[in-house]
Amino acid sequence: MEAGAILEMRGICKYFPGVRALEKVDFTLREGEIHALMGENGAGKSTLIKVLTGVYPKDGGDVKLLGTPVHIKSPQDAQNAGIATVYQEITLCPNLTVAENMYIGRTKGPLTNWRKINADADHLLDELGIPASAKDQLGNCSIAVQQMVAIARAVDMDCKVLILDEPTSSLDEQEVQKLFKLMRDLKSKGVGIIFVTHFLEQVYEVCDRITVLRDGMLVGEYIIEDLPRVQLVSKMLGKDFDDMAEIKSDSDAEKVDYNGTPVYQAINLTGTTGIKPFNFEIHKGEVNGFTGLLGSGRSESVRAIFGADRVIAGDVKINGKAVKIRKPLDAMKCGISYLPEDRKNDGIVGDLSVRDNIILALQVMKGFFKPFSRAQAEKFADKYIKLLNIKTASQDTPIKSLSGGNQQKVILARWLLANPQYLILDEPTRGIDVGTKVEIQKLVLKLAAEGKSVTFISSEIDEMIRTCSRLVVMRDGKVVGELKDDDLNQNKIMATIAGGESNDIQ
Amino acid sequence: MTSSKTSAKGFLLKVVRNPLFFPLMALLLLVAVNFFADPTFFKISLEPSSTGNLILSGNLISIIDNASELVILAIGMTLVTSASGGQDISVGATIAIAGSVILRFVKVLPDNVSGGRFTFVLIMSFLVCVVASALCGAFNGALVAFFKIQPMVATLILFTAGRSIAAWINNNDNISINDARFGFFGNFIPGIPVPTPVFITAICLIVIALVLKFTNLRLYAQSVGINASSSRLNGINPKFIKLLSFIILGVCVAVCGFIKVSRTSSITYSVIANNIEMDAILAVALGGNNLGGGKFNLTASVIGAYVIQFLTTTLFKFKVSSSEISAYKAVVVILLIIISSPFVRKWFADMGNKIRAKKQANVGKEVN
Repeated sequence: MEAGAILEMRGICKYFPGVRALEKVDFTLREGEIHALMGENGAGKSTLIKVLTGVYPKDGGDVKLLGTPVHIKSPQDAQNAGIATVYQEITLCPNLTVAENMYIGRTKGPLTNWRKINADADHLLDELGIPASAKDQLGNCSIAVQQMVAIARAVDMDCKVLILDEPTSSLDEQEVQKLFKLMRDLKSKGVGIIFVTHFLEQVYEVCDRITVLRDGMLVGEYIIEDLPRVQLVSKMLGKDFDDMAEIKSDSDAEKVDYNGTPVYQAINLTGTTGIKPFNFEIHKGEVNGFTGLLGSGRSESVRAIFGADRVIAGDVKINGKAVKIRKPLDAMKCGISYLPEDRKNDGIVGDLSVRDNIILALQVMKGFFKPFSRAQAEKFADKYIKLLNIKTASQDTPIKSLSGGNQQKVILARWLLANPQYLILDEPTRGIDVGTKVEIQKLVLKLAAEGKSVTFISSEIDEMIRTCSRLVVMRDGKVVGELKDDDLNQNKIMATIAGGESNDIQ
Repeated sequence: MTSSKTSAKGFLLKVVRNPLFFPLMALLLLVAVNFFADPTFFKISLEPSSTGNLILSGNLISIIDNASELVILAIGMTLVTSASGGQDISVGATIAIAGSVILRFVKVLPDNVSGGRFTFVLIMSFLVCVVASALCGAFNGALVAFFKIQPMVATLILFTAGRSIAAWINNNDNISINDARFGFFGNFIPGIPVPTPVFITAICLIVIALVLKFTNLRLYAQSVGINASSSRLNGINPKFIKLLSFIILGVCVAVCGFIKVSRTSSITYSVIANNIEMDAILAVALGGNNLGGGKFNLTASVIGAYVIQFLTTTLFKFKVSSSEISAYKAVVVILLIIISSPFVRKWFADMGNKIRAKKQANVGKEVN
């Protein structure tokens, strides 16, 4: 046994029908370290975690916890062994209170002293700086708080190994910092943390060691100082990486006619979701974006444009012609496509096949009485699976069994197939790997070059700077600024979002 | 491992995974039990009926005949289940309403009315009955789609009130139609040896098959049932699709009501189609459809309906008295449901995966 190792996984193998998910993967977690598990979509990160937590039985290999071999057959086993997991998707019960969620399944005996539990929970929440009260109903808390409650639950269980599977993908910068503080506290207490994320910056900010997986195989384990960012990316992708630079040069080739008739124009568009009336326009071949903190109203704005939420006032013109957009179908018929922020709840239709998910929007536009022939649908699906390089066992595979990035590509395929003149992408790159992120950014610029208009929303500001030529900045449901050309830099954007002077950001 | 052996295994897995596998197995099991108990069970003969008409008779014929209402209901129930994620428990009561509406119009006809007039009144009364049943369906559907009431609770209203409404439509009269022509639709048309409900069922199945082929009903209903929010953002109107599924079930109910009253040329408000809603839901479940909505397989539901009728007839054949039959049925149904449950299916699937994984591991070794 390696000195200081809490967890040792050796030669882990896992096979799914037709797929080799993990092949002889080793992983070691030492006491008091934060260990990043990196890899592209489908590299096997989630599978490794699920094997470790007993969600999937392993097909080969050994797991040792503190030197003793363990057989983890269920998530309950894992919990009892001191392995706690916080998933990207909240796995708590939204209809219970915060305290109930923290202690569910852990109370002993038939009688429960809820008063004490509430007090304990409040104490712990306070200690961890989580802005929630024990008696709040979890579903009413923000996603970020829900995530932190899940961590609080894990922390309170005295875990030796804490697995954080993409915990930051729905958190804003401040919340991420709080989470990191929490992680460092736990680390100093000797907890080993496995951190799965797609944000490179965060890895370098908080982690000690990195294990890289690719195509179900171990690429290697590295100490963070020994592995510069560029090398990490190239190890994950298995090729040299200069795509980022490429993107920048691509975007120089923009020729947008800002004086022409806008493709889409809204005047005093008023929704019912707490955003102030706003004006917005986009021209042919333009890529612009909404930015702002989580909850600033950027998603609500694009939802109002698409008619996803009820719109109560405002004038909308498509290519100069007045139209009424009351529901998504109206917008679709005007040539607007919308890729929603919440992929799981608003994007995919989980049990339907990849093929049905791809043709869905175009099929609905074509009409109820005009179904595509099977052959036609297969042709469409085939084309886009190839075009976007979607990794799926077949067209008939239910979309929910694909990895996050590939699900996103399927939704993207759906809206590209609908051939819109104006495409709205709300957080298309959230929770997906670097390679796919770059692919999507390239695609956006390619679409713009083809004369389509794109509105792009992302939590990552550099991604926005790289792709957008104009940014609409929002704060508290209001448009507070519009930036373009030379103003498009990190400092200026931050300052506009924050609303203060830019001095303190430098 | 030889390749023929592996392909045979793969084929077996494919068969087991097919949604039709379990309902068909259940049917086969029933056939086998009956065959070994009494091979004459399957005897079909051509015999003169009480009216001197040559008709086919035998257990199989009576199963196919008696299952008609259930099969037609299973069509609508499958769609409702898929789109709304719940079941309609009011179908028995609304069958009573449908039957009562038809009789209300037919009862006023004089005994020896001319064929033309009879046909006209029958068609009109059937159309009114379709409208009435569709309205009942729309009522249920509106509660589910617009008021977001759980389907079982929403349909509890008509489940409770339906038979009273049916009695009220005809002033609670005991009606009995003497015109023999009215009975053709639930029994036999002179000169045709096959029971008429069989034809009606066949027409219904053909109609729904055509609807599913030439519209997007399947895609829309499944999509709404799986993820209503996504569906809406893709331009589908989930409320309308849920409403539509209940209206289609309403039309199915109208057809069933017509067959039911035609079988006996009369109606007993409190007994007609009693408990048929449970059998219809059971048919959907036996077909391996998720009662929580989403993907559906109509063929499997239809086979499920025939399985239920086959089971009932088999139990009668084994001289189980009609008061005891429910208990026996329950035992068999529990077994069937467990075998076709996701848990057992997953177990089968896991077995398959293990075999594959081993195979893959072996292949890996060979390569190394």
